Amino acid sequence: MLRLVSASKPASAALLIKVAPSTSLAGRRTFASTSARQADITLTVDGKEVTVPQGSALIQACEAAGSTVPRFCYHDRLAIAGNCRMCLVEVERSPKPVASCAMPAMPGAKVWTNSPLVHEAREGVMEFLLANHPLDCPICDQGGECDLQDQSMRYGADRTRFHEITGKRAVEDKDLGPLVKTSMNRCIQCTRCVRFANEVAGVEELGTTGRGNDMQIGMYVEKTMNSELSGNVVDLCPVGALTSKPYAFHARPWELKHTDSVDVMDAVGSNIRVDSRGVSVMRVQPRPNDDVNEEWISDKTRYAYDGLRFQRLTVPLIKQGDRFVSASWEDALAAIADGLRASGAQGDEIQAVAGHLADTESMVALKDLINRLGSDNLTLDSVGGHAAPVHAVDVRSNYLFNATLPGVEQADCILLVGTNPRHEAAVLNSRIRKSWMHTTLEVGLIGERVDTTYGYDYLGADAKAVADFVAGKSEFAKKFKSAKKPLIIVGSAVTEHADGAAVYNALAKYVEQNKSQLVTPEWNGFAVLQRVASRPAAYEMGFVPSRKASQTKPKFIYLLNADEADPKSIPRDAFVVYQGHHGDLGAQLADVCLPGAAYTEKGMTWVNTEGRAQMGRAAVPPPGASREDWKIIRALSELVDAPLPYDDVLSLRDRMWEISPTLVRYDTLESTSVEAALAGLKTLAAGTANAKVSGAPFVKPISNFYQTDPISRASVTMAHCTRAFVKGENYGFSELSSKPEAAYA
Amino acid sequence: MFRPASSSQIARPFRAKLNLRRSFATVQDPPPRRYGGLKDQDRIFTNAYCRHDHGLKGAQARGDWHKTKDIVLKGDSWIIQTIKDSGLRGRGGAGFPSGLKWSFMNKPGWEKDPRPRYLVVNADEGEPGTCKDREILRGDPHKLVEGCLVAGRAMNATAAYIYIRGEFFQEAAHLQQAISEAYAAGLIGKDACGSGYSFDVYLHRGAGAYICGEETALIESIEGKQGKPRLKPPFPADVGLFGCPTTVANVETVAVAPTICRRGSAWFAGFGRARNQGTKLFCISGHVNNPCVVEEEMSIPLKDLIEKHCGGVVGGWDNLLGIIPGGSSVPVLPIKQCEEALMDYDSLKDLQSGLGTGAVIVMNKSTDIVKAIARFAHFYKHESCGQCTPCREGTTWMMNMMDRFVEGRGHQREIDMLLELTKQVEGRTICALGDAAAWPIQGLMRHFRPEVEKRIEQFRAQNGTVLFGGRLKSQTDPTLALPDNMGANLPEVAPPAQQ
Repeated sequence: MLRLVSASKPASAALLIKVAPSTSLAGRRTFASTSARQADITLTVDGKEVTVPQGSALIQACEAAGSTVPRFCYHDRLAIAGNCRMCLVEVERSPKPVASCAMPAMPGAKVWTNSPLVHEAREGVMEFLLANHPLDCPICDQGGECDLQDQSMRYGADRTRFHEITGKRAVEDKDLGPLVKTSMNRCIQCTRCVRFANEVAGVEELGTTGRGNDMQIGMYVEKTMNSELSGNVVDLCPVGALTSKPYAFHARPWELKHTDSVDVMDAVGSNIRVDSRGVSVMRVQPRPNDDVNEEWISDKTRYAYDGLRFQRLTVPLIKQGDRFVSASWEDALAAIADGLRASGAQGDEIQAVAGHLADTESMVALKDLINRLGSDNLTLDSVGGHAAPVHAVDVRSNYLFNATLPGVEQADCILLVGTNPRHEAAVLNSRIRKSWMHTTLEVGLIGERVDTTYGYDYLGADAKAVADFVAGKSEFAKKFKSAKKPLIIVGSAVTEHADGAAVYNALAKYVEQNKSQLVTPEWNGFAVLQRVASRPAAYEMGFVPSRKASQTKPKFIYLLNADEADPKSIPRDAFVVYQGHHGDLGAQLADVCLPGAAYTEKGMTWVNTEGRAQMGRAAVPPPGASREDWKIIRALSELVDAPLPYDDVLSLRDRMWEISPTLVRYDTLESTSVEAALAGLKTLAAGTANAKVSGAPFVKPISNFYQTDPISRASVTMAHCTRAFVKGENYGFSELSSKPEAAYA
Repeated sequence: MFRPASSSQIARPFRAKLNLRRSFATVQDPPPRRYGGLKDQDRIFTNAYCRHDHGLKGAQARGDWHKTKDIVLKGDSWIIQTIKDSGLRGRGGAGFPSGLKWSFMNKPGWEKDPRPRYLVVNADEGEPGTCKDREILRGDPHKLVEGCLVAGRAMNATAAYIYIRGEFFQEAAHLQQAISEAYAAGLIGKDACGSGYSFDVYLHRGAGAYICGEETALIESIEGKQGKPRLKPPFPADVGLFGCPTTVANVETVAVAPTICRRGSAWFAGFGRARNQGTKLFCISGHVNNPCVVEEEMSIPLKDLIEKHCGGVVGGWDNLLGIIPGGSSVPVLPIKQCEEALMDYDSLKDLQSGLGTGAVIVMNKSTDIVKAIARFAHFYKHESCGQCTPCREGTTWMMNMMDRFVEGRGHQREIDMLLELTKQVEGRTICALGDAAAWPIQGLMRHFRPEVEKRIEQFRAQNGTVLFGGRLKSQTDPTLALPDNMGANLPEVAPPAQQ
């Protein structure tokens, strides 16, 4: 792997466009201040004065001045290629037009983006781009959202001069797997995909071969593009060369309704835009948010949406004998009330299990209901979820990703414990890779060996390796000690591991000892990486059992989106209710199934691994008779004679505010103070004081990235991905070999 | 100053014209100087034809490595000043003043930069018509190695990389032999020539891509990447090979440096016109009786060069059609301009051509000039790296059009369109390959447009109307609607009357 360690960080968007208001602090600097604030420079764009930070590209200065500069190859988050030549502008005292993406903004420069020379240059480049671009817009999936289309309308000539009898270039299509469809005739060689694959995704096999007009984009050897971020090249491609295979020919962009929402396939809380037509979700696209997912989303986030169409629970079901019978809501809820009465469950014998895709509102409602029924048996749907987690949930910093997602890029030494961020938080992994590529970041890993897309020091597989690290026995441990901003990322699977308590104990003590680097007002280097969308919110509201409750054998079990439950953990005679949107494992175990709404069908709160509350929004209505989850629980509460005191979602959110204000403070982060964080670590260390070490190695919790929850398990696309990437089968996902005659060829 | 005695020094034919009774106010005009006729003792490349030993012994017998230690010990500013005074301009084509270029490496405060610094020698000679560097590499490799040390000392470089074209097998062998001999003799390496200066020379063989002769593409290629030019800025003097300060220089530029330092800048500056001083290797090919590589004084008239060294144009000077004076990248000159052209940067620039690498391609009237330029278009299409749009698409398009013009399959209006295309490529690309592809076509149309027009007319006379793009109107399907922008129904435009 090629690593470009240089003094300057890549131009991440955080450094970029910043117009005028930046002089307020300058006059009041104290002597002690050492912040490396870059000087601002002023230049004139189209007669307008504009101030940008030093080191900005000219194109950014033009943007800041409000002059749009057309571009194909330039992208904020990728390295600069400067090869499309579309962004040519005129600069004073420069005889030739200048590629504004590749030219640093100079103080006092005079730039014109609208002069005849610039118009002519753009028209010329546009003509060349179109010379070899097929005119197949009517059958191209990019139509309507194509940069080439838009810009040729805006900047191109009004007629073609290309009539050569030799015709246009023809390029063989590449087979990149079941997600990315290629139509390489349309490629304009902007190399955005190549740069993304090499810099962000870590697929270094994608590149250019050949020279001149014979240059082609593709894998150097014939293979698929195996990356959990591969779908982003579809967004990056300014033309229709790389399009989405599952979405191919399904919809046109102008037919789609866009709904800004939040992803729930992992605990990153990637910001997404759900594009729907009528009642169905047609695709999922990323929404830029520098604090969370930058501009990328994982393939599961992007492509699992077709799982929303299959295996859905659309009507309430009551089990009669060995089969489910559809029922009305009244009957189903009455059956539950009867079941609760008949099971004779009292107190902690009533158990609620919160699954991976349970939204915050419904968990609060369920917790309130169960508490009102006199039970504390609030269980999480994970290994060891029937007991309180080893890190107590009293202090937020014990279970949150305190360093924040953008903060990862500041770390100069990262220890990964029992986690594979590539699969547990793919977008976060790209940040680590970015930092690793451009700085001298050191990474150490304890746990199962995995391909992380960046290099790491392997320190061991079990709790003993953690103990060795704490004792400073390795080269990496010494480097970690001397690091300025060290970061420990503890995977969520550590909590579920037999040695979890011992590991947490060791790490808590280590952090306390090294608090001068690890816990400071600016930096909290102890971070727990959750992998389940509902988990941070569950911890936040205290959705954990009391010690007494965790030892009680349940007689009535309420599974809220709980599909990972071990069937053996459910007593045979217990009455089981399943509420959720898919007929997955949980529904099989149930006596009554209540159809809930999936994340695209309800406007609910999700808390990500940093503790950031974000609002998802309903893009489509829930199918059939299914309802929003909290409303189901609210309705049930009437029938079990424990009515909940909220009738609309706003009063429910008031209740959430009572539990924890952070649950409803959307899109912000509240960091834990140093004192609270240290107190939390102290209690953590005390609570796990006598933990024994079994020595069992950590195993990665996600063995198949593409199928981790009911939605992705129901998704055909994810099943294709599993076959192509996890099992490594080449079973003919390419159009060519899917034809039956190809088998005989 | 009035000096009657000086009249005896003036050549006899001029004497009669002189007015010996001048007043004090006038200054006597110096006689117009004819350039050319470099004497043998003034030749730098004394083994260019490889007739003598190319090894260390032979090289030392010819004066190489003589007092190199003294030159190295004189230090960087002395060497750079000498090169500046000598007026040496880059011999690779662009003609940038070498002393100035080398001085960019020694910016104030360069000593504090811990990075290594490199001199990269561009021996990727691939320009069609050019074969001067290979003669140096074959016959005088020690001049280059010594030049690396001197130029490297001038820019305080730690090492030199010589990027040699992959096809140059014998040349690479000779050069490697020279490097090994120099190492063995302690001339380079640690304590080069006993001066205390440590300097390494590495040979890197390319794989035969023309674009790798572009300085940043060459750097990329040495780094093991695809040879695609980098964006400037940052310039190589700031961020070059392996991210370190680097200067890329042509073989000839580097190889003449030690001789300049030994014989003095005034000696070198004494050749050629002002701002075009020095001697240069010219490679003359094509329709001459005796194609050759010859070292000559700069500013030698083109006609003299051909008559004196090449035995004249095949069929006599009047049989000349045109000359490309500087390799395939520069526009062609018609016979009229060839008579007045001096072989230096400024004179050829005034004629809208260029000295380029000094590769003179002579074409007499047996040449199909359109086909010749079309062949260049093929070359540039083949060698375009494909990185940036105007060059990638433009070279292909220009090639297709030139191919059609060879047989005249085109429309009169397409000539102007082709010229417009060349303007859309020129100056819009990352490197100069786009310019180089555009200029020959512009030169062709500037001087030989009637020839192209004649062919188009002939083709039309034989085949009827030709649409834009080269399709014949007779081959179109009349039952289908034909777009009106194909030129099918344009009134016939007669070319302007030929003089």
